[in-house]
Amino acid sequence: MEKLLNELSINGRRAYRFPDLDVEAHKAIDPSLLRQGSLDLPQMAEVDVVRHYARLSRLAYGVDDGFYPLGSCTMKYNPKLNEALSHLEGFTELHPLADAEHSQGSLKILYETVDMLCKVTGMDQGTLQPCAGAHGEYTGLKLIRAYHLRRNDSKRSVMLIPSSAHGTNPASASVNGFETVAVASDERGLVDLKDLESKLSDNVAGIMLTNPNTLGLFELDIRRIADMVHACGGLLYYDGANMNAIMGFGRPGDMGFDVMHLNLHKTFSTPHGGGGPGSGAVLVKQALAPFLPVPVAAKGLKGYSLDWDRPQSIGKVSGFWGNFLVIVRAYAYLLSMGSDGLREASAMATINANYMARCISAFFPIAYPGLCKHEFVLSLAAFKEETGCSALDVAKALLDKGYHPPTMYFPSLVHEALMIEPTETESRETLDGFIEALKCIHDKAYSNPEELHSSPATTVIGRPDEAEAAKRAKVNWL
Amino acid sequence: MHSYIPATSEDKRALLSSIGIEREEDAFGDLERAGALLEGPLDLPKGRSELEVSAIVRSASNLNKPGICFIGGGAQDHAVSSVTSAITSLPSFVTAYTPYQPEISQGVLQAIFEYQSIICTLTGMDVSNASLYDGPSSVVEAASLAISAKRKSSKIVVSPTILPQSMMCLNAWALGTGNTIQVLGEKDGRCDFSGLEGALDDSAAMLIVQSPNRYGLLESFDGLADRVHEKGSLLAIYSDALSLASLRSPAEWGADLAIGDTQSLGLGLGFGGPYCGYMASRQALMRKMPGRIIGQTEDSQGRRCFVLTLQAREQHIKRERATSNICSNEALCCLATAVQSAMLGPEGMKEAFSLSYHKAHWLYERLMALGLKSMDEGFWDEFPLVFESHKKARAFQKALGMKGILVGFPAEKESSMLMVAVTEKRTREDMEAFLQAAKEAL
Ligand SMILES: Cc1ncc(COP(=O)(O)O)c(C=O)c1O
Repeated sequence: MEKLLNELSINGRRAYRFPDLDVEAHKAIDPSLLRQGSLDLPQMAEVDVVRHYARLSRLAYGVDDGFYPLGSCTMKYNPKLNEALSHLEGFTELHPLADAEHSQGSLKILYETVDMLCKVTGMDQGTLQPCAGAHGEYTGLKLIRAYHLRRNDSKRSVMLIPSSAHGTNPASASVNGFETVAVASDERGLVDLKDLESKLSDNVAGIMLTNPNTLGLFELDIRRIADMVHACGGLLYYDGANMNAIMGFGRPGDMGFDVMHLNLHKTFSTPHGGGGPGSGAVLVKQALAPFLPVPVAAKGLKGYSLDWDRPQSIGKVSGFWGNFLVIVRAYAYLLSMGSDGLREASAMATINANYMARCISAFFPIAYPGLCKHEFVLSLAAFKEETGCSALDVAKALLDKGYHPPTMYFPSLVHEALMIEPTETESRETLDGFIEALKCIHDKAYSNPEELHSSPATTVIGRPDEAEAAKRAKVNWL
Repeated sequence: MHSYIPATSEDKRALLSSIGIEREEDAFGDLERAGALLEGPLDLPKGRSELEVSAIVRSASNLNKPGICFIGGGAQDHAVSSVTSAITSLPSFVTAYTPYQPEISQGVLQAIFEYQSIICTLTGMDVSNASLYDGPSSVVEAASLAISAKRKSSKIVVSPTILPQSMMCLNAWALGTGNTIQVLGEKDGRCDFSGLEGALDDSAAMLIVQSPNRYGLLESFDGLADRVHEKGSLLAIYSDALSLASLRSPAEWGADLAIGDTQSLGLGLGFGGPYCGYMASRQALMRKMPGRIIGQTEDSQGRRCFVLTLQAREQHIKRERATSNICSNEALCCLATAVQSAMLGPEGMKEAFSLSYHKAHWLYERLMALGLKSMDEGFWDEFPLVFESHKKARAFQKALGMKGILVGFPAEKESSMLMVAVTEKRTREDMEAFLQAAKEAL
């Protein structure tokens, strides 16, 4: 295994050098304000730093390394053009507090990105301040709160959330001080209208929905749901994590949603960076626009500017204007794809998913069969009964075949779930290769289940002892 | 067909027919049945080629004029090594996601484990998480942590000298939750702790302070932790990550939680992001921490390895009872901070600190000699220029801007103060140009 930085450190080694001080020195800082102990950081030569990280990068697996059908995460190809453009010095070297005269290009991108995203989603205005999907949820729910408070409707304390929702939905509601109430799914895998009906009251602030939902199914009753929730005075929040399924085919704004987020790091192709940074653009209908975080990028006669003069704003949700260099990538993607490309992306994402579902259903059952959107969920419960091999075993066996496994054990209403999202950027040959690998693992489970239990065998490490990790909690090298 | 979509029309036909669908539209029959099918195309231009997109985005980039940057206010133009930029561009790091599959993600996991170790070293704390969105969001997460750590608490007490953007985030966080924010008094640009005991009543969960503060001034927290703990509250100290190379660490001041941003350590400016919020705590608060944490363990053959750990705190397991809603974080920025730290090493970091300090003071003295006003000289690398009005400050900013010298307002509405930061990147020549422009402006 690769050594840790501190194990590679040799006292006296030094990589980066600064110029000498070119002005007279000032008197020293009051020692009571200075660090008392030593600063025990790695001391390295430049070449050793580079090789350490070059080795670590070979121990990572990204979309550039192979197929990454991680459901709900939309691991599509991240265009190199967007990387190059996000590294332009006009963007990287610009301070966020530079005045408008010096930042017209960046302000234009903020403004036009919101504008294009509104057109994709059917919403009216937006903010790019949130730094990820969950941050967008946090922001959107804050806007819902501000809306009700503005109307002196302070008793609305309940946020309705389907049981199949992503974990960030209830967590974001709870961070916002809402009481979460789960809405059941019916036998179709869709919102159970009877259950919803029974949970509606004038305490309901709103409902959070992902559409298509986390089973990859489009909510057929969405208009009914919107009417029901609106009739009781609640608002509809759209978790746009699954927007890759419907661009150019349907718009949340037309379905009755009042506020939503998009994960630019999913649908709009910005890379995931090993876990981030992302961007969680929030888009709203006019009624919620006054509450948007300050400042908002505006366009006027004298060019672009940041508008701070928004007295009803909730304030801020992040330090500046959002993860700007991520936004540049999404902006380039929107320009590249255009109306036709986005539609084609959703069409192929959906067709690819249905193709895979069809092929895989020959050996693993689909939890909710029928037409899906951009992703689908397998249930390996019966398979586990028969072979003793779990969804986890299958996922680990896929590692030996060179694939990143699907999302495991989510959504929780499907037992032994594997959630597969191919995206539109994969070729038929790639899909076929994966399907064949999965079939091979399936068959192996019946002939030699032990092999699955002991997989992966070809990776740099075998399965880690996670219980031990949590017990020891060794979380740094100190 | 589009460049990022491999399917040919032949492929598409074949795939459609193998799923028993004739036309593409039929794959969206569910939307149609739901009455949600969009009629007509999206109101956007058609897709464009690489050359066209490149030209548009480059021209936007050329509209920006980064100038010689003397702006502070929560982000500063500190050096980023070429190695840092190169490593954070390696495709396997850039295009991976959260390391859910440790067997093929040791590179990402180890890099973040190393980041956590570096943050613990800088802050003196026991446990660091694997990043939050940015500095102000670390303030919000600290508040959230405190409220859940202390039963029946509903109040956060805060220094008036935290960054204005942090204050705005904190107020937004409190909105509608029943929690309140109480701001202490300000004296000479620093927090006035005389009302502390009164503010820290039973409902208070935490005191949040910052140094270097929003004016760039250093604050002393001598004896503060004892006073806060005496009242049954927690203490969180916010600091710029690079400043901790030389300044007394949050742990040395006795804090329970260290928070801030690592922007100064390898992230560059990028018009405001992505940056990286850090949070590190004492052992006792480990299970209250928000976000991912990487831990060390072994595989079945006893090989050292790293995994996402203590996940019972997180949203995918605990849902509404999670310690935070955060899922995606700023992992690639952790990597940048770790690489930059390895490149600088302890000596390089201290040098960046001290170069910035001496240069900032050199410029400060000369600006004061011109008759400009500030606060006192107890700052590190950043100080305010205080004007009579927003208008006057704006005129000064404009005059300097014409010469390509950039100073900036704090991140708030219509301040009468401009923040001036001087980092190790600024040369004597840069500063002389600043002085010349200032003379002409006055
Ligand atoms: C359905 C759904 N909602 C919300 C999120 C949260 O997004 P993020 O990780 O960007 O915070 C995810 C991401 O995994 C998701 O799949």
